[in-house]
Amino acid sequence: MAGGILVITETEEGKPTALSLEMLGLARRLADGEGGGVTAVVLGSSIAGIAERLVAHGADTVFAGDHEAFAPYVADAWLPDVAKIAQETEPAVILLAHSTIGWDLAPRLAFRLDTAVATGCEAVEADTGKILMTRACYGGKAREQISFTTAPAIATVKSKTQEPLEPDESRSGEIAVLQSVLSPDQVRVKVTGQHREQEEGVRLETAKVVVAGGGGLGGPDGFKVAKELADLLGGAIGASRVAVENGWCPHSWQVGLSGKTVAPDLYIAIGISGAGQHMAGCANSGTIVAINQDADAAIFQSAKYGITAGYEELIPALIEEIKKIRA
Amino acid sequence: METLLFPGRAAKIRTATTNKKEPSRAMHILACVKQILDPEIATTVFRINEEKKEVVPIPGMSPVISPFDAQAVEAGMRIKETDPENIKLTVASLGTEAARAVLKQGLAMGADEAVLLADPAFQGSDTTATARILAEAIKKLGDVDLIITGRQAADGDVGVVGLGIAELLGLPAITFAKDVKAENGTLFVERMLEDGVETLEAPLPAVVTIAHELGKPRYTSLRETMKAARKPTQVWMAADLGLDAGVIGAAGARRVLERLYIPIKESRCEFLDGGSPQEIAATLAQKLKDAEFI
Repeated sequence: MAGGILVITETEEGKPTALSLEMLGLARRLADGEGGGVTAVVLGSSIAGIAERLVAHGADTVFAGDHEAFAPYVADAWLPDVAKIAQETEPAVILLAHSTIGWDLAPRLAFRLDTAVATGCEAVEADTGKILMTRACYGGKAREQISFTTAPAIATVKSKTQEPLEPDESRSGEIAVLQSVLSPDQVRVKVTGQHREQEEGVRLETAKVVVAGGGGLGGPDGFKVAKELADLLGGAIGASRVAVENGWCPHSWQVGLSGKTVAPDLYIAIGISGAGQHMAGCANSGTIVAINQDADAAIFQSAKYGITAGYEELIPALIEEIKKIRA
Repeated sequence: METLLFPGRAAKIRTATTNKKEPSRAMHILACVKQILDPEIATTVFRINEEKKEVVPIPGMSPVISPFDAQAVEAGMRIKETDPENIKLTVASLGTEAARAVLKQGLAMGADEAVLLADPAFQGSDTTATARILAEAIKKLGDVDLIITGRQAADGDVGVVGLGIAELLGLPAITFAKDVKAENGTLFVERMLEDGVETLEAPLPAVVTIAHELGKPRYTSLRETMKAARKPTQVWMAADLGLDAGVIGAAGARRVLERLYIPIKESRCEFLDGGSPQEIAATLAQKLKDAEFI
């Protein structure tokens, strides 16, 4: 694959995001199969040490750009440098995160480079000269596999769909300090404030166990008992769109197409019907346990274990039984 | 703005807005709306013809306005209400004649005018071609200050067209808005993040895409619906927009649909029902212990 793969990474608390490492894993596998190198880009305002992490996780070349305009992210600030790197490295594929950064940047990049973008990709494969991208559509009810007649193919990659590589500190790579082409007058959009919800306890995206509640919980009180179960299992609490829209819990708990993507070892869905848009955010979970009084609910099609008893009695009983086992 | 595909366009739009006699108040907002298959239809009736690579039409099922686009109209109306006399809201849709229904809905919600982009030559447009057509329509309108779209259409779930319009017109854009205000030539947005919100501002003209956190779109009253029937709807074809046939519709599309399918669920659910809640809970707890979750 001439030109290889370009990966636009993102950082969080001085580290590459988990999804960035997944993208590097995907890029490495594409490059190893088809030829070509993996080039990573990291932009931020305090990014020391990150380029080395990206090399350890599979990058051959890293462009590290340190500029006060790069954080917090706005497309206006990132686009000129990302576009220039893309024009100079001529990759076959550009990978970005399917996040509020990558999904904001990728479409603009596609139009600027006069090519096209596939958002929310679950798979990116090379097949006899074509780049095939698989993504959910119709609210998660269907999947489409698409390719483009133009290059590079740009894809935003959904979290929890790719395997990151084990970090290898002995890997060698070239780290280039980016000489930014950004001029301040190009930045028209200004971030005037940020408010991030402090997540208590276990983080939803990385939790090994997720207990999620939906419309069947009937109100905020239902979430209290769900939260108690989550805490007991050392897991995180999640929610369906219905529960969030009813105001029973914060938006940051939402799992699904317009919320977070999770893939825990154990996903316990309480009172969730299992609409396509919800399953698009949790279908890659290891074991799904569904508790729903509607025996015909779609969630049971994805579940390993199903229970149709009411949660009000069942969950406290389950908490008791788990405590018994632990005792 | 180094690699604009259509250089000079942004400047034209700016000139149009700054030349107004009352620059402090007058504003023109455009909300883009798409007519789609009802996204809330049950999984059980959703079928795909894999050979034709298309969704099997469901008899009696009426298409709807994409919910995020209804919220785009709602966002436009909330701004319009700050100065109804001086702020104009136009709704535009790229589709077939049937898309008049979603334009009527936008007009019934309070929009002033509508534009239907319904040339058979537009059929088969992908996001690239769609953004091109809408960008040309915005150019033809001439004086648009704010372009509002849904964060994504709830059929393809792609979320590219709004940003494509911004890039083609050389405009700033802000995505995933839960709150939008526009005053004195500046756009103010509260934008959803994975774990919170941020506030941003950008000079108009600009593009904003709306997240579902904006809240429910207003209902349309019978009175407004009847009024909507008398509001003007323009119909524009490719020729009206000076668009070359090669860059629109299927001819201009870069996206090739290789396969469309419903993912097969392999899991077979084992129901643990039987006995009292306590007994069921004990059975589940044992299963979780065997799998080393406890």
